[in-house]
Amino acid sequence: MAPIGVDEWVAQSGDRREQQSRGRALLARLGERIGWWPRLVLVGLVAFGYGHLGLNINEANVGFNAVLYAILALGLNIVVGWAGLLDLGYIAFFGFGAYGYAVFSSHAFGNLALSAGGVHLPVIATIPIVLVGAGIVGVIIGLVALRLSGDYLAIVTLFVGTAFVEAVNNVAPGTLGGNNGLFGLDGFHVGSARIGTTLGYYYVAVIALIVLMAALHLLDSSRTGRAWRALRDDPLAAEVMTIPVNAMKVMAFSFGAIVAALAGTIFAAQQGSVFPTDFQAPVLILIYACLVLGGAGGIAGAVLGGITVTVAQALLSSPLDSAYLFYGLIIVVLVARVRPWQHLAAVIAAIVGFGFATHAIVGAISHTAIAGSPGSVGWFATVLRDYVVVPANARTYGNVLYVVMICALILVAQLKGIRRLIAVVPTVYIAVCCWESRLIVDPGITAQIMIGAILIVMMGARPQGLLGTRRVEVI
Amino acid sequence: MQIFIQTLVTGLVTGCLYALIALGYSMVYGVLKLLNFAHGDLYMVGAFIGYFSIQWFGGSTALIIPVPLLLLFMIVVAGLGVGVLGVAIERFAYRPLRDAPRIAPLITALGISFILEDSVLLLFGGYTRSYNTPAFLPFSQAIHVDGVNIDSVQIMVVAVSIVMMFGLRQLVNHTLFGKSMRAVASDREAAEMLGINVNRTIALTFFIGSAMAGVAGVMSGLAFDQISNIVGFLAGLKAFTAAVVGGIGSIPGAMIGGLFIGLCESFSSSYISSQYSDLIVFAILIATMLIRPQGVFGQPPLQKV
Repeated sequence: MAPIGVDEWVAQSGDRREQQSRGRALLARLGERIGWWPRLVLVGLVAFGYGHLGLNINEANVGFNAVLYAILALGLNIVVGWAGLLDLGYIAFFGFGAYGYAVFSSHAFGNLALSAGGVHLPVIATIPIVLVGAGIVGVIIGLVALRLSGDYLAIVTLFVGTAFVEAVNNVAPGTLGGNNGLFGLDGFHVGSARIGTTLGYYYVAVIALIVLMAALHLLDSSRTGRAWRALRDDPLAAEVMTIPVNAMKVMAFSFGAIVAALAGTIFAAQQGSVFPTDFQAPVLILIYACLVLGGAGGIAGAVLGGITVTVAQALLSSPLDSAYLFYGLIIVVLVARVRPWQHLAAVIAAIVGFGFATHAIVGAISHTAIAGSPGSVGWFATVLRDYVVVPANARTYGNVLYVVMICALILVAQLKGIRRLIAVVPTVYIAVCCWESRLIVDPGITAQIMIGAILIVMMGARPQGLLGTRRVEVI
Repeated sequence: MQIFIQTLVTGLVTGCLYALIALGYSMVYGVLKLLNFAHGDLYMVGAFIGYFSIQWFGGSTALIIPVPLLLLFMIVVAGLGVGVLGVAIERFAYRPLRDAPRIAPLITALGISFILEDSVLLLFGGYTRSYNTPAFLPFSQAIHVDGVNIDSVQIMVVAVSIVMMFGLRQLVNHTLFGKSMRAVASDREAAEMLGINVNRTIALTFFIGSAMAGVAGVMSGLAFDQISNIVGFLAGLKAFTAAVVGGIGSIPGAMIGGLFIGLCESFSSSYISSQYSDLIVFAILIATMLIRPQGVFGQPPLQKV
């Protein structure tokens, strides 16, 4: 019997851990012993260590984006994960921060065409102005949102996000630059010291992330954090318990807005330019994918999600890395989902055998049907040459396979037991053929499709995200 | 006066299309209480099915079948195809989440919308395609009165929309399916206890709603001539506004809301500024939400404890 005030699920956590495998239990105990603050220091050390690896410009960019999206996911976590408000206008605050920084550090108030004049405030002044502005806008939108609940809130905020893009596109093109955006922004500078490289902005972002994580951790365990969670789990009960529901909602909006605006200022300074297209719905969905993947409701989840999604996206753009990512993912999913190991071995053997057999049969029937070469490079191409069926006209064939693959994946998700195991074999083979003939050719589109798939798969299979606990539910 | 009537006609045509899409939104919201963000993309898929139907029959300049037959074919195939797609999405993506927290199907819907958009991009490329309607529905068939031009396409869009909306009204008000749909919308559990096959009702609702979006896609391709993989998002948003302004979940509300939004858009773009027409539509939505969140025809939701 659990003591009063402690959830049964929480009270039994010790028993559950006993049931886990030894390695897992050890990890969990180790994690608990280290505590939160040393772990934060560890994260900081790893992040700074990454910066000292002698990165090229691409790697520095990936690092910067990963940290930026981690910050964005953290901000979204305040609104969605803690307060449980589905905010689809979050991206507007990111844009607000970026444009706010841009107008005070470029020729926006001067002459855009001649690149002359304009306000060039010092960074020390710009960032506070922008953050306070974002906080105020967040309060205003929060006040509007008070009248709405659930779905209606999602609608209105979605329109706020879309309206922001429409507004910067059309309103005052002389100042905001319209379609052409604003460019030639000043970088972060204090006195004569100036940050000019992506690596420099990477460090700035890392410092912002660490400070933010610490602040949010304190906030989470404070009265406010508890009030937000109460609000999320049951608004009516929270109100009955005298929690000022309305004030808490507005506060969540405002805090989320400030974090997003902070990310916006760093983003604008690093890019040196802002465009309306940087703040459209796909970016919002990317941030949601980060949060959903890591697990809404936790700081570590949001950060991990942000880093994972960005790094995966970056890996996709290189043919060799994307092959590692794709085949690694297949193996991880198989290992995690197919038990016991005898089944796993049989499935993997079947997948390998099925492919070579199919290739041989198709090759015997028609030589042109295997005339193409796989899209992967390096040793993957050598290994896969006699495995995948890629005809000379790979594009059309790949398109057909893509549709077939989606149907096959749905089928596998519906089947149970031994039938699923059998269906997995051709499905994986179809996926490999489709990847080699079509998906790898258009990494940008593939990345987008993967982001959409993350949202759907996570919601269906593990709504709590990778790091979340099952009790974290957003209503 | 000429401009006024011309604007009115354009507004009516756009409004009818928004109304068709909004109906699907509203019906799905009615039975599932789910905002199906993927609905706008179903409309886009419908437009693509129409485009490939034209190509199938020899392309816009060298059609091998009579034009009325082609139009009928396009509408039927797009309706059926998109309807089946909608049912599949419901069956495989939304049904497993029916008892999950409300936010889970919403995020899934965002994911579906994203995947549909990018799958079309992957399969067919991102460039804008044209139905090239004037090649087989010449403007000479249009009505010219006092400088006001009404295309045959525009007449067709309005006529088809009215027929479909009338059919839907009859279906919902006067058939057994309509009765079960209304029952599921008002209380799913009670409907289930009364022996209504809830799953089948929801699937059929998705089919009808998606089919209407598909038909709207074909007709917008005919009337506005431009389609690409991203047209779904904005059209979906506006139809959404229409559904909300009329009162989401209400069928007459969606029709009138659609017409209202279409007219607002065309009047604001011809009398105020075409750049601001989208912003004006959004401002209408936000004002409606603040003054009367349940919409003009909607019932305020009861909060159950």
